[in-house]
Amino acid sequence: MNILAIIGAFVTLAGSIFLLLGSVGLLRMPDCYNRIQAGTKASTLGTILSFAGILLIMPGWWGKLLILIISVILTNPVSSHVLARASYHKRVPLTKATLVDKYQEEEEYIAVKDQHKEDQNNDQT
Amino acid sequence: MGIMLVSIILSIIRFVKGPCYTDRVIAFDVMTISSLAIIAGVAYLSGRVIYLDVAMVYGILSFLGVLVVARYMEKGL
Repeated sequence: MNILAIIGAFVTLAGSIFLLLGSVGLLRMPDCYNRIQAGTKASTLGTILSFAGILLIMPGWWGKLLILIISVILTNPVSSHVLARASYHKRVPLTKATLVDKYQEEEEYIAVKDQHKEDQNNDQT
Repeated sequence: MGIMLVSIILSIIRFVKGPCYTDRVIAFDVMTISSLAIIAGVAYLSGRVIYLDVAMVYGILSFLGVLVVARYMEKGL
């Protein structure tokens, strides 16, 4: 058993611990958006670490493992972003401890600016 | 791999318990991603490269599933 396999085993163990922490966060967080955050981020890192550990143990499999790592990096944040945006538009309630809601401020600012522009057009005609 | 199984069981609890749609979808996402890591572990234990193809297709299918459900929640079909 060479040194690379031992390092790979420890990296895989770290990845599975990150997966476990992600799903503990999925159970304990108070809010839908916090759950999206905890679940997706921790599980992305855990999966990447698991694949990297297997890549260290079996160096001959690097092609498919590299494709897997890249596809996980590309697809997982996209799905979490789309899910968060859909649930915000669906008016899923935030938690009681929320202090700032930048997205709502942005939407109100855009609405006020459009109203202002329409008023200017009406004045000109 | 036992730790990954425990993580799948915890997310199944959230999947059953979750108060809104988003919780169920994100619990499903975490379940599929943990099983991606489990499939890679099975591929190492049995020593076959071909199982990694299964993991690849499974990951792409879970991504498409989450995307379709989110679009359905936002605009309807």
